[in-house]
Amino acid sequence: MTSHSQTIKPPPAMGQPVTAATKTVRSGWLSPARLRALAPLFVLIALCILIAIANPNFLETRNLVRLANSAAVPLTIGMGMTFIILLGSIDLSVEGAVAVTAMVLVLLAANDANGNDFGWFAALAAVAASVTMGLVNGLVQTKLRIPSFMATLGVWFIGLGFSVYMLGGSAARLTDGSLRSLALARFLGLPLAVWVALGAFLVALVVQNYTRLGRHIMAIGGGEEVAELSGIKITRVRIAAFALAGLFYGVAGVLSAAQLGQANAVIGDGRLFAAVTAVVVGGTALTGGEGGVVNTLIGVLIVTVLSNGMILLGISPYVQQTVQGLMIIAAVALSLDRTHLRIVK
Amino acid sequence: MLAARHISKAFVGVPALREVDIEVRPNEVVGLIGENGAGKSTLMRILAGTHQPDSGSLTLDGQPLRLKNANDAVHHGIGMVFQEQSLLLNLSVAENIYLGQEDEFTRFGIVNWRQMHEAARRQLAKVGIDVDVATRTSELTFAARQMVELAKALTLEETTRRQLVILLDEPTSVLARADIDVLFARVRALKSRASFVFVSHRLDEVLEISDRVYVMKDGAVVAEHEAKSVTAPELHRIMVGRGLQTEYYKEPRQKPPRPEVMVEASGLGVAGAFRNVDFRIHAGEVVGIAGVVGSGREEVTRCIAGFEPQTEGELTVAGAPARFATPGDAVKRSVGYVPRERRIEGLVMFLSIAVNITLANMASVMRGGAIDYGRERALAADWIRRLRIKAPGPDIACRKLSGGNQQKVVLARWMTAGSRILILDHPTRGLDVGAKEEVYELVRDLSEQGVAILLISDTLEETIGLSHRVLVMRDGEITARFDALPGKKPDQIDLLREMV
Repeated sequence: MTSHSQTIKPPPAMGQPVTAATKTVRSGWLSPARLRALAPLFVLIALCILIAIANPNFLETRNLVRLANSAAVPLTIGMGMTFIILLGSIDLSVEGAVAVTAMVLVLLAANDANGNDFGWFAALAAVAASVTMGLVNGLVQTKLRIPSFMATLGVWFIGLGFSVYMLGGSAARLTDGSLRSLALARFLGLPLAVWVALGAFLVALVVQNYTRLGRHIMAIGGGEEVAELSGIKITRVRIAAFALAGLFYGVAGVLSAAQLGQANAVIGDGRLFAAVTAVVVGGTALTGGEGGVVNTLIGVLIVTVLSNGMILLGISPYVQQTVQGLMIIAAVALSLDRTHLRIVK
Repeated sequence: MLAARHISKAFVGVPALREVDIEVRPNEVVGLIGENGAGKSTLMRILAGTHQPDSGSLTLDGQPLRLKNANDAVHHGIGMVFQEQSLLLNLSVAENIYLGQEDEFTRFGIVNWRQMHEAARRQLAKVGIDVDVATRTSELTFAARQMVELAKALTLEETTRRQLVILLDEPTSVLARADIDVLFARVRALKSRASFVFVSHRLDEVLEISDRVYVMKDGAVVAEHEAKSVTAPELHRIMVGRGLQTEYYKEPRQKPPRPEVMVEASGLGVAGAFRNVDFRIHAGEVVGIAGVVGSGREEVTRCIAGFEPQTEGELTVAGAPARFATPGDAVKRSVGYVPRERRIEGLVMFLSIAVNITLANMASVMRGGAIDYGRERALAADWIRRLRIKAPGPDIACRKLSGGNQQKVVLARWMTAGSRILILDHPTRGLDVGAKEEVYELVRDLSEQGVAILLISDTLEETIGLSHRVLVMRDGEITARFDALPGKKPDQIDLLREMV
């Protein structure tokens, strides 16, 4: 099976010219396709310049650290969401997963609601809970054959309900000092949470580019029939991708709880919208198979810089929300070559 | 009344129609025949306004006619009954008939259903079927749906006073003989009001209903005959065209197969599709299956490719019993499937040549759990050279390649996966002549390597030309077997006799 060394000799003499014409391939540096691919980066740079001009405080170290800190959770979540969107699916369970993770973490680590004090094992258990939710997403989708939209919508609310129930309807404070240090302690001037998020980015980058799973996710998103005919186990890849996403949501949930210092019902609020926006603004196609985690990094930065900038400029939070809504539509409008899209559902 | 002059049309560089001239006279049924890929459907779509020609012109009653879309055609009294049924199965019969024409029954934005149903009933009466117009279309038989399609086209009678032109694109392919008789009776009855263009691959039917017949081949009209003055075998000879072209199919390179048996089917069957199928494919042998739509040949290949496991009989692949539940199982047993729908099933178009080539066997480029890009690119570059794939490099996305080169990438994937059995499902569909020839060349290369090949193809000529042996299937069973040694290829007419 592994004999790629099998040989085909070129036939002895193939005199006649080959008539199958190769279409000209434009691969110049500034081809439209490349410009389109780089557009998010240009947007990010332009945004930074505009905001810096309007309010030079933007470039202050203190603000940049704050920016990095507020990008940490969206970036970690975005890594998971990227793989799901690359598959051509969607994962709505983000906020449920974050809520469950935070709840498990806080209730197992030192807290003000019960006598547990499992320290970092609590973090491990919390991430495991989120991975389990991802597995459930994948299993429901593939075994019950329910579209990911509905499967994850259900899991979102199951998670949310479960964590509120376990918290007894109120919030529980995290009092474990070493877990809190994720948000409070710094390394090279940046909170540890930022380093964890960067680590998540690197892991995602390796998974996407250097593993079979990453390649198979790309192949399924680009053409599921082809992938299946090539012997790829679609079901297994889908389940693994959702579990992987759960892993990232779990890490993000731990970071959220550490930053907030507590677990409550609304800890995940707004995370889903931010994650989808970041992935899409970064240029990953909702149809699957195109884009990736680097795009998402840029997308997260665009979203974070924009909201940071609007705060600096003193814009009302309600207007900020409206702008984010406009942005996601604009991003899809600009990134997709919609002239080839015959049917829009 | 309706005429097309010098119509040419190409799809992404591949010519589909070349300088086509046809004419439809009043009260006439014009037959249009040709093999798959000859350009019949493209021509019909141009007449119906859904495709626009690259060059050439249409005229209606001597006036130049420009059709921007199907609606334009409808306004000029040209209606089409599509090959793939175009009814929406989730709507009622009446809604389908008046889809897009609801305006006539709408007052102040409200649809008057009673009125629409009444009108729909009148339309159904024209084609002589008796179904409730409120029925969901999904509940109708294929034959009834075809009649509804015809009724839909006939709504044109009310909207225009002109003579109608109704285009029938393979309307009989899903119909039983009795239903065909009904359809033909309606067509004859409607001739006073309309002209018809009738496309079919069943020659006898075309001759039965048509007044005049055009034969298309490779995108051009090659003959025009009065239906009375020509016979089905004559038409077939014209349709297939060239005589025995040994050079085209690289027959001199067809070598005797090796002794080892790669695939053996005995009493093989899939319930409802085919039964009692016996054959062997040796290493280095090409076995073709000929048969019309519904003969079961597609299902045989799909069974061996792992889409549908057999329900009876035995399949032996490379010496061991096999029953494939998924395509993945077949891949594991070194069976590779080259699908007809390259764009959907063959390649991930967004991804590079290199990625597509290693998709079925990533182990070959993994090192220490990670993808070794250097090795992957080298492997792809090697295939690009060996198969003469026209591409600037291994990183080019497959969507940028021409059809023939895409097909080579699919083959390279299976060679990389170590496939020793290949199923070629219409391997040259949509390719131009030069690209076809390259695929034939590759088939011979693969044979020399000892790859066993099962082939089904659009044309009989190709099946006979490439195969060592040809099996003919009809109604789910093998009806004949022909040896096809170089220089002693069987005649198409003999095969045809067993097919229908």
